[in-house]
Amino acid sequence: MSVSVATGAYAISFGALSVASGLDIWQTMALSLLVFSGGSQFAFIGVIASGGTAAAAAMTSTFLGLRNGFYGVGLAPVLRPLGGARRAWAAHLTIDESTAVALAQPADDLGARRAGFWWTGLGVFVLWNAVTVVGAMVGSRIGDPADWGLDAAAAAAFLGLVWPRLASRRAQAVAGASAILALVLTPVAPAGVPILAAAVIAILAGWKAPRAKDEVPE
Amino acid sequence: MWMWVAIVGAGLLAWATKYAGHVVPERLLDNPRVHRIAAYVTVALLFALFAVQAFTSAGAVVLDARVAAVAVAALLLWRKAPFIVVVLVAAVVAAGLRALGWG
Repeated sequence: MSVSVATGAYAISFGALSVASGLDIWQTMALSLLVFSGGSQFAFIGVIASGGTAAAAAMTSTFLGLRNGFYGVGLAPVLRPLGGARRAWAAHLTIDESTAVALAQPADDLGARRAGFWWTGLGVFVLWNAVTVVGAMVGSRIGDPADWGLDAAAAAAFLGLVWPRLASRRAQAVAGASAILALVLTPVAPAGVPILAAAVIAILAGWKAPRAKDEVPE
Repeated sequence: MWMWVAIVGAGLLAWATKYAGHVVPERLLDNPRVHRIAAYVTVALLFALFAVQAFTSAGAVVLDARVAAVAVAALLLWRKAPFIVVVLVAAVVAAGLRALGWG
């Protein structure tokens, strides 16, 4: 229940902000259908909104989707054995929510874990795509996005997405350094590059293991 | 046209990333350093996106109504407000300040 309310809220924000960033309704729908990962989709439209190229948008979106690859590693033993087409579908449905619900079930109850994955994944997929359309239609019916504060709403959306991952000192340091680097590069580098450059900070921060009490975010 | 290429490309890359996790032998990805870097990539990119969206316009650092809006958003997140409330209040704060002629 709480998963579906949260999903609806993300999807309506995404739909409206995507249209505000300059994409049309069909492109917005295609992103939800094909990319199907909230963070990656917000990143794609964020780069476009800041004037970045389509290629930079696709690259940033892909980097933000890397964590889904690690979710797959955790899910593979739960879903095994899985045939070709079903595995392709399972991969598409591998997102924050489906992984969290599946792995929250008892470890010795594989049936509950599988059910959690498939029902959450399919439910979020249907809801996410349906509500994206609603958000996109709302977004396309208003005039200048800035008059409605949609640029500020997009900034707040990114803050909301990253907030739960800022628990540790090192994560906060990574965030601060990434913001400074992005702002310093903004006047001198092509749009999109200041965002991608933050990945370098992530590599530097992740290279050495933190002390035991400084936990790495999920 | 290029936008569509990028959208379909981003979709294929997103799917390939997810699929790789399901089929790549566990020991290849089960490296603490790779895990840490992947986790920090998420934090770094999302926060850089936040900074660019909140404090820049057309290739320059610009401080306007968005600053007040994201300050309120941070306060709401700290008070554990739901995502949709945070996003809506930020929009209302920025739109309100602009209607009053500030930023």
